Amino acid sequence: MSEHETLEQRLSEQGVSRRAFLKFCAALATMMALPPSSASAIAAALSQAKRPSVIWLSFQECTGCTESLTRSHSPTLESLIFDMISLDYHHTLQAASGHAAEQARDDAMKAFYGKYLLLVDGSIPLKDGGVYSTIAGRTNLDMLEEAAKGAAAIVAVGSCAAFGGLPNAQPNPTGAVAVSDIIKDKPIVNISGCPPIPAVITGVLAHYLTFGELPALDELGRPKAFYGETIHDRCYRRPFYDQGKFAKTFDDEGARNGWCLYELGCKGPTTHNACATTKWNGGAGFPIEAGHGCIGCSEPKFWDAGSFYTPLSAPAADVASISQAAAVAGAGAALALSATDRAKRQQVQQSREKLTLEDLKGN
Amino acid sequence: MDQELLLWVRGAGLQIATAVFVLGMSYRMLHLLMLGRKKSLAAARGSEWAGGLRTMWRRSFVLPELSPRGRFTVVSGYLFHIGFFVTFFFLSQHIALLRAVLGFGWPALPRGVIDIAAVLSLAAMIALLAHRLVDPVKRLLSDFQDYLTWTLSFLPLLTGFMLLREIGFEYVTLLTLHIASVELLLVAAPFTKLAHMFSTFIARWYSGAANGFKGIDA
Repeated sequence: MSEHETLEQRLSEQGVSRRAFLKFCAALATMMALPPSSASAIAAALSQAKRPSVIWLSFQECTGCTESLTRSHSPTLESLIFDMISLDYHHTLQAASGHAAEQARDDAMKAFYGKYLLLVDGSIPLKDGGVYSTIAGRTNLDMLEEAAKGAAAIVAVGSCAAFGGLPNAQPNPTGAVAVSDIIKDKPIVNISGCPPIPAVITGVLAHYLTFGELPALDELGRPKAFYGETIHDRCYRRPFYDQGKFAKTFDDEGARNGWCLYELGCKGPTTHNACATTKWNGGAGFPIEAGHGCIGCSEPKFWDAGSFYTPLSAPAADVASISQAAAVAGAGAALALSATDRAKRQQVQQSREKLTLEDLKGN
Repeated sequence: MDQELLLWVRGAGLQIATAVFVLGMSYRMLHLLMLGRKKSLAAARGSEWAGGLRTMWRRSFVLPELSPRGRFTVVSGYLFHIGFFVTFFFLSQHIALLRAVLGFGWPALPRGVIDIAAVLSLAAMIALLAHRLVDPVKRLLSDFQDYLTWTLSFLPLLTGFMLLREIGFEYVTLLTLHIASVELLLVAAPFTKLAHMFSTFIARWYSGAANGFKGIDA
């Protein structure tokens, strides 16, 4: 696809009708809770948009985010993301390798300086000079700082780039941090999740192309349209929570009846994401529909929040052993003090001089 | 930040609060028991045990000779305590917590029962506070600790009720506030009047036994 070809031309070449394209735009507008009229604005903007250059940097990550995107609703409309943008560097997806690949990145950065979108997945290790993750002999930190300078905006894809994710989990051996811990002077949008929902990244990019700015973000830098509500708020099992009906094991009667998974460790109440509405695998479902609780993957520190199977109301740390030790210490203190008291009493009794008749007479 | 705060109150915060509570309570209660009583040289005119147990039981009822003020206090006090126990021991989320700590659990009560118990408990506490402020004698008898312990007992009930219905704040905020309020209660309990949760029956037995020894039928 050439630089000057518009998305609409490209789509019609691929046999995607204008009707299908408009439906896609309407779906995007709905997902982002934009007014209905904005569907046509999105369509107009997208159909005329010149593809912005996108540089995608992968740091300490597992490629799950890329897997999620590329295997998303393919070959349906979410894959259009790759038609809306010009993905100039993505070392998993690009054909080039070695020096040619790095050359492509340098070229794109120079040609679109100040205009390109920088997508990052994976966290950035800072410990020991950042040696724990390097690409072409350069540390992730070095590469991120260089690429961020010319970026119009940065999209942190996945929980690792957004919050540090798994590499950041205790004891964080590589000193992994999020993009926003390093880059402070660029607009950053965090699309958290492990992996994030493909439609969310499509939505954010479409919003950027349509309005020329990033969507409204919450206090953690996530687009409010997708992270404004919790899984629990939108969960189809919510009525069972309100009635106090909980599955106790994964195969009891409650589980078979589709009762709430709170007691099996579901983190839905404290997790902000759109899984319950947008769903996964072409709308087939989301984890809770498959009978497993939410693990809270779109929230910071979700790896350190105790077991995935510990209910939210239960302690995230060992309380029983500490209580036993405290009880022993308390009892020991009480015994020691009582012994001192008793000794003191005996001492007083022994040292007491008997009052004699002589004493009363007063010499 | 919210998540990290929640993690702290569910983890280290809870460990600290529980340790302070258990250490403080075991120390105070054991020390109290070991203070003992001076051996009486008089001949016993009745049984200490019978008197002690009788008083433990009898003090659980509203005595007919109580004034309306006393009756109000006892009835409201009961409502609060029963509501507190029902919500604490029979809400399924709490049983999940206790199961995680104790290793065993028991069946929960339906949510409707819990809701009623919580509302009655909250209403009783508000009525008791109002009465304490309005009634001249009670007001005179109250000191800072009375208002402190009232607040510490009220907050877990209030935040817990708000949490179940997601009133006012987000779930994560309400859960953090609820757990934090319980931790404040745990930390303060051994060192304030809240220690009565363990000492009440010991104290009743003590006075009952003293009376029983003297042959007083009280």
